Amino acid sequence: MADLKQRIDEATGTSTVGHEWDGIEELNTPLPRWWLWTFYATIVWGLAYVVLYPAWPMVNRATEGVLGWSSRGDLAKEMAADAKRRAPTVNAIAATALADLPAKPELMQAAVQGGAAAFRVHCVQCHGAGGAGVKNLYPSLTDDDWLWGGDLASIEYTVTHGIRNPDHKATRTSLMPAFGRDGILDAAQIGDVVSFVRTISRQEKASASSARGAALFEANCAVCHGAGGEGGRQVGAPRLTDAIWLYGGDRDSLTATVNQPRNGVMPRWNNRLDPATIKMLSAYVYSLGGGEKGLAPAAEGQGADGQP
Amino acid sequence: MASPEDLSGQPAPLYEARKGVYPKAVNGPFRRFKWAIMAVTLAIYYATPWIRWDRGPYAPDQAVLVDLANRRFYMFQIEIWPHEFYYVAGLLIMAGIGLFLVTSAVGRAWCGYACPQTVWTDLFQHVDRLVDGDRNAQVRLANGPWTFEKIAKRGTKYLIYLVIAFWTGGAWIMYFADAPTLTVDFWTGQAAPVAYGTVAVLTATTFILGGFMREQVCIYMCPWPRIQTAMMDEKSLLVTYKDWRGEPRGSVKKAQAHPGAFGDCIDCNQCVAVCPTGIDIRQGPQIGCITCALCIDACDGVMAQVGRPRGLIDYCTLDDAAAEKAGGTARPVRKKLLRPRTLIYFGVWTAIGAAMLFSLGQRTRLDLAVQHERSPLYVQLSDGHVRNNYTLKLRNMETRPRRVAVTIGGLPGAAIWTDGGAREGSGQRIEIMLDADSVTRVKLFVAAPGKGPARQDFSIETRGLDGDPRGDSDIIQFDRPEAGQ
Repeated sequence: MADLKQRIDEATGTSTVGHEWDGIEELNTPLPRWWLWTFYATIVWGLAYVVLYPAWPMVNRATEGVLGWSSRGDLAKEMAADAKRRAPTVNAIAATALADLPAKPELMQAAVQGGAAAFRVHCVQCHGAGGAGVKNLYPSLTDDDWLWGGDLASIEYTVTHGIRNPDHKATRTSLMPAFGRDGILDAAQIGDVVSFVRTISRQEKASASSARGAALFEANCAVCHGAGGEGGRQVGAPRLTDAIWLYGGDRDSLTATVNQPRNGVMPRWNNRLDPATIKMLSAYVYSLGGGEKGLAPAAEGQGADGQP
Repeated sequence: MASPEDLSGQPAPLYEARKGVYPKAVNGPFRRFKWAIMAVTLAIYYATPWIRWDRGPYAPDQAVLVDLANRRFYMFQIEIWPHEFYYVAGLLIMAGIGLFLVTSAVGRAWCGYACPQTVWTDLFQHVDRLVDGDRNAQVRLANGPWTFEKIAKRGTKYLIYLVIAFWTGGAWIMYFADAPTLTVDFWTGQAAPVAYGTVAVLTATTFILGGFMREQVCIYMCPWPRIQTAMMDEKSLLVTYKDWRGEPRGSVKKAQAHPGAFGDCIDCNQCVAVCPTGIDIRQGPQIGCITCALCIDACDGVMAQVGRPRGLIDYCTLDDAAAEKAGGTARPVRKKLLRPRTLIYFGVWTAIGAAMLFSLGQRTRLDLAVQHERSPLYVQLSDGHVRNNYTLKLRNMETRPRRVAVTIGGLPGAAIWTDGGAREGSGQRIEIMLDADSVTRVKLFVAAPGKGPARQDFSIETRGLDGDPRGDSDIIQFDRPEAGQ
């Protein structure tokens, strides 16, 4: 520094720092000294941080810091705190009979919300984000047509025990015969049955074929689907007279179904989810728009009062 | 080698210690004006949260309240919801343009009188005088050894600083919760941790910025002086030392000995002594001058004593300075203030204010927002009808519960019901009870015949059933399966 030529700049009256580059000089406008001290303070802060918190990247993970803090630990704490916050509501839902839930709007609302959360984890893979199902594969849960029943108790039973679970006794089960593949009906007969089904669902006018089909239906199908095709929920036999077709209601689709039915399956959830969660899932599915009143009188008299 | 400019190997330090500022007490019209502003601003700050304002049983009775937890902003009879935040944005824009207006007209008046840093620094400097005495006593004490007296005085002073700082921090949180309740909670340890944290931070910043940083905040930290410097022009008022009248400086005796050789400045240094930022105004306009005008009071007092006209240091525009220097006179104040720039600022400022007041008077306090559920877009019903689901957000912004009707139009054969109701017996109208001052979410099911356009707009309307029939409506889409699906 001693060889630097500091001088007073004439225009400003300020001393220069003494550096000079091709005639350009730097004025010395001193920083306040406390500024320097704040700089030292940040260094101390940085050192303390390195000691207290995860800092140095090592081969597998960073140094842990003496406080033992981690963002995962924070998350675990927050999750535990939230579980604790939800516990009273979940316990209240667990303690309430499913049929009584709709009479307690606040509890029902909590159950629907909890069910929505569980649905997003366990059910959307097949039934879709909004419960609309997938055509030709998985049924919609939002409509007013149910294979196994749409009241709260039926939904809960279906979720608990699943459909066609080979390892579970209480599961909902039935098997529609493969009329075509196994040679129970020949192709012409199947065509007649399809004509009859399309007649009772008002997609075709009555014909000679449908008249022949009526007798075949009576002999082969009515035991499950009902004499008029009104369906049978005991065995999950769909109603054939309405506008909703899981596997399609056109001629080709119906023929394929009668030839070789799908007999769709659904896992049971009582070995994976606790009863309260299943209860909440049932409430959520019930709330999607097609929920049936069933036998629960508690659900009556709860009009459009704005209490969601 | 030994030229006069050579600093002879003594490198000038790159950092400098703060030069102490010990402003002398002064009296005069500007000082009295500053007292008044300080009293008003501090009174507004400390007292506002304690003003009560009855809003009925469904809303808080605090006149000014920023209710962050419930997302409401109350200001006397005005209640602002989060979606109406543009009113707050409008207020901020008005504040900005107001500062432009003030700056273009009277220079750094904000800095000199109303800025919190100025007001609290002024307050703390009065504490200094109260404990240590006036300027000379303060300097003596600062330079003196650490005697018992100095320790006692410093302790007393810092304690008073701390009380003021704590009171300042404590008053801040009162704007965010019911003040009487929060005060009790605060002292019984029941208040939220964020309340204690906020008070601690604001106490610390007030203590440090008001007690110790003072003018350094304006000189080193604050961006506002730089911005204002860019907004001032030759017609903005500045605190000006009229060097054409004051120079060359000389004492009264010298002036008597050599009549006509000296200007009016007697070099008494009173303008420097009273300056709260420790500058010498006689060096001309500078960033450290907050235009508090205390030097005008000091100089006017001295001029009166020596029998010379007041205004050697005075508010003056650059234009007037040039005119006076050339022997002319200053333009009248009215002409200085009324010029296109200030009028445009004032016009914009009032236009925004009037527009906000108008829209505040026009706003309805019942609001409907409809969201079409997209997963699924439509549901095929077994009787051939199609159902669409909607989420209604009904905002009742009045502080009373309300009964409203929701109706639909433009969708023939449709029926609506909510998730609490049933399709059986449903029609085109439902009634809903809304809680006071709240948002009610309703899931609305709309079923319409399956034959019709794949996409169709229809309206959902809501209106009050209890006296005030005003309401809101929304146009939304109804979807059906495409033909052939």
